[in-house]
Amino acid sequence: MSEVPLLDVRDLTVEFHTRRGTVRAVEHIDLTLAKGETLAIVGESGSGKSVTSYAVMRILDRAGRIAEGSVRFTGLNVHDATEEAMRDLRGREMSMIFQNPRAALNPIRKVGRQIADILVRHVQAASNDAAEKAVEALEQVRIARPRERYHAYPFELSGGMCQRVVIALALACRPQLLIADEPTTGLDVTTQKAVMDLVVELTRERGMSTILITHDLGLAAAYCDRVVVMEKGHVVETADSKAIFKAPAHGYTKKLMRATPRPGVTLRDLLPEDSPSTSPRLRGEVVARSAAGEEAPPRIATVEKAPHPDPLPASGEREKDGVGGEAEPLLVVEKLVKEYPRQGAPAGLKKLFAKRPSPEPDVFRAVDGISFSVDRGESVGLVGESGCGKSTTSMMVMRLLDKTDGMIRFAGGDIGEIPAKNFARLPARSRIQMVFQDPTDSLNPRFTAARAIADPILRLGEAGGRDAVRARCEDLARQVGLPIELLDRFPHQLSGGQKARVGIARAIALKPDLIILDEPTAALDVSVQAVVLNLLQDLKDTLRMSYLFVSHDLNVVRLLCNRVIVMRTGRIVEQGETSRVLKAPEADYTRDLLAAIPHPPL
Amino acid sequence: MTPLTFRRDEPAARTSGLLAVVKHGRYVIGENPVTGFAFALFVVIVFAAVFGPYVVPYDPLASDTAAALKGPSAAHWFGTDQLGRDVFSRVVVATRLDFVIALASVALVFAMGGLAGVAAGFFGGWTDRIVGRLADTIMAFPLFVLAMGIVAALGNTVQNIVIATAIVNFPLYARIARSEANIRRDAGFVMAARLSGNGEFRILLAHILPNIMPIMIVQMSLTMGYAILNAAGLSFIGLGVRPPTAEWGIMVAEGAAFMVSGEWWIAFFPGLALMVAVFCFNLLGDGLRDIVDPQRRT
Repeated sequence: MSEVPLLDVRDLTVEFHTRRGTVRAVEHIDLTLAKGETLAIVGESGSGKSVTSYAVMRILDRAGRIAEGSVRFTGLNVHDATEEAMRDLRGREMSMIFQNPRAALNPIRKVGRQIADILVRHVQAASNDAAEKAVEALEQVRIARPRERYHAYPFELSGGMCQRVVIALALACRPQLLIADEPTTGLDVTTQKAVMDLVVELTRERGMSTILITHDLGLAAAYCDRVVVMEKGHVVETADSKAIFKAPAHGYTKKLMRATPRPGVTLRDLLPEDSPSTSPRLRGEVVARSAAGEEAPPRIATVEKAPHPDPLPASGEREKDGVGGEAEPLLVVEKLVKEYPRQGAPAGLKKLFAKRPSPEPDVFRAVDGISFSVDRGESVGLVGESGCGKSTTSMMVMRLLDKTDGMIRFAGGDIGEIPAKNFARLPARSRIQMVFQDPTDSLNPRFTAARAIADPILRLGEAGGRDAVRARCEDLARQVGLPIELLDRFPHQLSGGQKARVGIARAIALKPDLIILDEPTAALDVSVQAVVLNLLQDLKDTLRMSYLFVSHDLNVVRLLCNRVIVMRTGRIVEQGETSRVLKAPEADYTRDLLAAIPHPPL
Repeated sequence: MTPLTFRRDEPAARTSGLLAVVKHGRYVIGENPVTGFAFALFVVIVFAAVFGPYVVPYDPLASDTAAALKGPSAAHWFGTDQLGRDVFSRVVVATRLDFVIALASVALVFAMGGLAGVAAGFFGGWTDRIVGRLADTIMAFPLFVLAMGIVAALGNTVQNIVIATAIVNFPLYARIARSEANIRRDAGFVMAARLSGNGEFRILLAHILPNIMPIMIVQMSLTMGYAILNAAGLSFIGLGVRPPTAEWGIMVAEGAAFMVSGEWWIAFFPGLALMVAVFCFNLLGDGLRDIVDPQRRT
């Protein structure tokens, strides 16, 4: 290319000053971006992809600095520019879309005003026509009724809507460069598709250049011309998005691609090629069991024999090894309802004096009469977008939340009738456990890993003295593949994957019959997710548990679940065998969900 | 903005336990020498409180009318008062009483206000309302006047100064503990504790309380200074500790009469001790906050 590229990053090194010395977040990276090009920077957490973009915008925090190299934007050296010049550039020439749209908007300012502010700041509008132009900007990001939405506060809008407002903000001054930092990570798949389509369309039509920062290789390849793969602060591969999927050159890219759940692969395919057919955890497990003098569980042989067990066995086979086909399923949920009072509903006196009855009912049904069952040894996926009631359902089944109506039968007993606050100390508590969505949030910051794992044993199990509990903890750590020496660490000293293992060890500590997995891998990198999903599958096989897997990601559900239930606005729209539902969905909504998953060009 | 995520990779390199705390403490002091100074001062105060009576040159209560109202000299560093008692000895010996009053009242208010606040934040509902209104009621009075009233009503003893100081500080502790417990009541680890079979009270005491302890300890250090001032103030106006006991507030009160006639040292040195102690605890509180606050952990 003979012309000057829009953005030219040469030999960039960014350092952070920390109390343990200087950390190099990004080392000697080169990037070029031509006018009108879309570039994806892909990498897992800690790869330095966000830091790179902050360096380009020069919004590194106090501790960070550009140590070496240069960033040239249309020939201007960003490193040497004055702060005033940078302020003019930001917003007008280059702008950014952040990961959490709600946090990126000022919560106490009307969204329309926020757009007007930036227009006035960059002299794109005068105070008399700024409002009009802001409405236009809202219109362009396809916000319905933009004139009304101008007066909305961020908390009044949904996550997808907020992200549209942020896009409108970013594009208001028609910048030449747009940096989108994980713009859709917190959003549902259908919203993600709508937002990404919008970004691509708007930037194409304006001839803008875009940098998309993401951890999702599929998303990157589907929407970008070129892909830059980063690992630990280095660029390991730069290629056309088509080429990178056909023939990834670098080992890390290959590993990343393998670990990404996608149609037509089994759980074992996600693991790196060089790993042994059975996971190291399983071998550790066998050793631990025989050392403890226990009889090895019969199913373990099956697992070892088949390196690629089909997670979707034929239904006949499942009945054979099930606990008798005629027996009642482990969990039966019938006509379950959860109602919440509608916000802003008139209450008490106000209701009496209201001029006319409000058109909407006073209660909101988060879960609206759903029925399903989970057999012993079965994995059932509960899929839907945020707000569909899947989490409320799982909380009710978990007995952390009281139902409004309906029935929950577990192992023959009606547990739905027991108030949630009394359930904690009943023996039945130990038979239903849960793995939480956010491994960091679900561990007490002041408990060591061992203490966290021991907590359920001390409360509900047969404790049997300090040494016995410690031995059990070590046993569990071995089962979930957590190195024993990490047991005495606090959560902040563990990585995301290690924390997830602690959470899983805690959940299986009481040998429960049913585990509810609430998006257990949503906060993890894909390579860690691959390992954790395999671990969950192995544990299920050896401990004969049932899973209720709550997720929004159909590609992950497909790997782990026998059956899948699709929920929308509190109701079940479709349920059936996973393979059937995913191959030939009956409901339109399921089809929409499937279509929204980004498809890389293959 | 996403937090910088590269830090997540290195916990393996971290040392654990007490050593890490000491290391981090050293780092904070290195960053902010004032905190180091406050710690040094704190050590001096504790030393004076523990060993004061054994190391001072004179008996703090022994009067020597021949040497009354002498200015600071080599024999009497801080001079002597109207009864010829050594001001230096009295200032040092008084440290123990003032320190113990402050410590006891802070411990008491932590037990009352801290626990009530944690319960209010965690349970919400009626518990929250009762604790909240109680705190509001206390705050409706000028705090020092309330403390005076309590001591006057309960009787003029050291014990009642402790109680009065604790009650006056109750709203502060209840509010901080409430808000800290409140943001944690729906945290994942609390739910996980429920799944593990913990009852609600157990969750409160074993899971939530340890998490808010660092913030409470900072608060305790900050209130220590106020508690010392409060105790001295009450003694100054003649409530609580009675003469001839060596106590900073009384000494300032006694010395105030001699200021006009030029014997400044009698009130000045106990006042200075008071100021240094309050100053030290405030700085210490700030320093502790830096150590505890993860935002500062760069």
